[in-house]
Amino acid sequence: MSASPAAQTSRAPGAAFIFKKALISALVALVLFSLMIGVRTEAGSDGQLTYWTRFGDLAAMVAAVFGGSILVELLRQWWGPVGTVRVVPASVQSTLSFAGRLVAPVLLVFTFLVPVLFYDERYILDLGILVLTYVMLGWGLNVVVGLAGLLDLGYVAFYAVGAYSYALLATNFGLSFWVCLPLAGILAAFWGVLLGFPVLRLRGDYLAIVTLAFGEIIRLVIINWQSLTGGPNGVTGIPRPTLFGIPLTPGDDGLAAMLGIEFSTTHRIVFLFYLILALALLTNWVTIRLRRLPIGRAWEALREDEVACRALGINTTTTKLTAFATGAMFGGFAGAFFATRQGFISPESFTFHESALVLAIVVLGGMGSQLGVALAALAMIGGFELFRGLEQYRMLVFGMAMVLLMIWRPRGLIGHRAPTVFLKTNQAISSDLVKEGHG
Amino acid sequence: MTTPLLAIRSLRAAYGKIEALKGVDLDINAGEIVALIGANGAGKSTLMMTIFGRPRARSGRIDFDGQDITGVPTHEIARLRIAQSPEGRRIFPRMSVAENLQMGADATDSSEADRASGLERVFTLFPRLKERMTQRGGTLSGGEQQMLAIGRALMSRPRLLMLDEPSLGLAPLITRQIFDAIRTLNRQDGLTVLIVEQNANHALKLAHRGYVMVNGLITLSGTGSELLQRPEVRAAYLEGGRRE
Repeated sequence: MSASPAAQTSRAPGAAFIFKKALISALVALVLFSLMIGVRTEAGSDGQLTYWTRFGDLAAMVAAVFGGSILVELLRQWWGPVGTVRVVPASVQSTLSFAGRLVAPVLLVFTFLVPVLFYDERYILDLGILVLTYVMLGWGLNVVVGLAGLLDLGYVAFYAVGAYSYALLATNFGLSFWVCLPLAGILAAFWGVLLGFPVLRLRGDYLAIVTLAFGEIIRLVIINWQSLTGGPNGVTGIPRPTLFGIPLTPGDDGLAAMLGIEFSTTHRIVFLFYLILALALLTNWVTIRLRRLPIGRAWEALREDEVACRALGINTTTTKLTAFATGAMFGGFAGAFFATRQGFISPESFTFHESALVLAIVVLGGMGSQLGVALAALAMIGGFELFRGLEQYRMLVFGMAMVLLMIWRPRGLIGHRAPTVFLKTNQAISSDLVKEGHG
Repeated sequence: MTTPLLAIRSLRAAYGKIEALKGVDLDINAGEIVALIGANGAGKSTLMMTIFGRPRARSGRIDFDGQDITGVPTHEIARLRIAQSPEGRRIFPRMSVAENLQMGADATDSSEADRASGLERVFTLFPRLKERMTQRGGTLSGGEQQMLAIGRALMSRPRLLMLDEPSLGLAPLITRQIFDAIRTLNRQDGLTVLIVEQNANHALKLAHRGYVMVNGLITLSGTGSELLQRPEVRAAYLEGGRRE
């Protein structure tokens, strides 16, 4: 076997190997940093170029890379080769799997209790709403990317369509949030189908490029169609949502007055929290239901093997279009929510950065896993806030965390796929432990 | 003779400028196993795929059960209950065996009862698949994957089953199991089968009739045993498999 010598060297690389690797890393760091850190240039008082050398800093950086490389290599040795199945006692395994099953319900109950527990902490409530918005966006994109396997880099376009649909319908025609919400979803789904048609024949990278362009086109149209969208100034004065017609305002007809309690702005925040929670749960419920139906199964089959789908007589055109439309519809709902929460929207909220963030959530969560996406959204959005204390190193820490996660869990936080067809008896060996391949 | 279940007349198909089928005539009667043999690149798989609507026929005509299906989209052909097991098996590796099988029934609007009886039929034919119901398709052995691919095609309760190289890359013992299963299906269920094979010996022994294809044309046809006796078939496909 050709694999065995390689496996042996990776199991026990000698000191010479580690040293050599560290030396190479240090050399690369020296080349990279010599200009970036070694020489500092600045415009002087008269505009002339002044520069000074910082060889001490440079040496420190290179030394850090050298030491870090050795440390990583030693860690890897201690950790063992990636992808090995460590033998875990059966009792521990069953406890773990029991705990694993509890994660989702516990998380859900906790989420429901957040406004109760943190009623006085506006910051946490706002953060919760933000996280839930991304959970919903993640679940929406999960239909397209995770289930149907269509790499969509322009998901923010549907978010924007939903947001502008609500904003414009509400400000121009005075339609209420509850009328606009389904309209926003339908309009976004319509644009999803429009995007779907030209990309039916594209796959992988090519599909990604076209969807990326689509996201940009929508944003540029919004910026330039000043008469309709207000261009870069955005849309202001978007009405706040009402509890089925009862406004959450301090006036006599407000909810607080009707219930006979003292008005507080927190009421609206709590209402928004439960609103986005309901929307996200709706997304989740619909996705779970669809997965058990032939259409959901066809999405997943399409991700696995498009040629096989055609060989089975699956209509790949409608399968792709429904995936795009469904994902876009949820994006549209989320967009409408975003507009009503902010009260103001502008094209700046719908840049490629958002698409990338949502895609990262889906990939980190484990393509197709609902719980994984929720956890990833919590980690990405919540974690990002957590690192706020690190100031300018925030991005660095965050990026490193993502790289490490992808090394240790290349299929995402929850990489295994729950089957949708069940049997009465349990199998002896989990299929997750068996490596994929052609027998 | 009654009209054949599938009748192909002077069928032509091409990939761009390269003509793969140059006027093919072929009949399959109901309840028959027909083998289509030929060398690599002869157009066997293309013929099977053209029957299924992709690539589309340039000219000629395909009739299934008296209905013209030339140029009909693939998913509508599947609804007429023509099923195929594609070359290289192409099962869905991350989906479970049960889900793979359900996929086969999805294209034909099968009822729950149809699905249940289909599953039962597949499991009596291939008991191994029942043992592996919850396992992911990609974890099966090559032979099991082939069983799964055939089982998946059977889930649509086909009237015509088309198999593209079911023996590809399989051990002789497994190949025999697969061929036995095809024979059982034909005898017990009266299933009509078109089998595309490079393994001419096995295929012609199994088939009632056979066609030999060379460079996009049918050059020989006859009963399986007739073809096995023909010196040109023996020279080309049985004794060493070389044509020099």
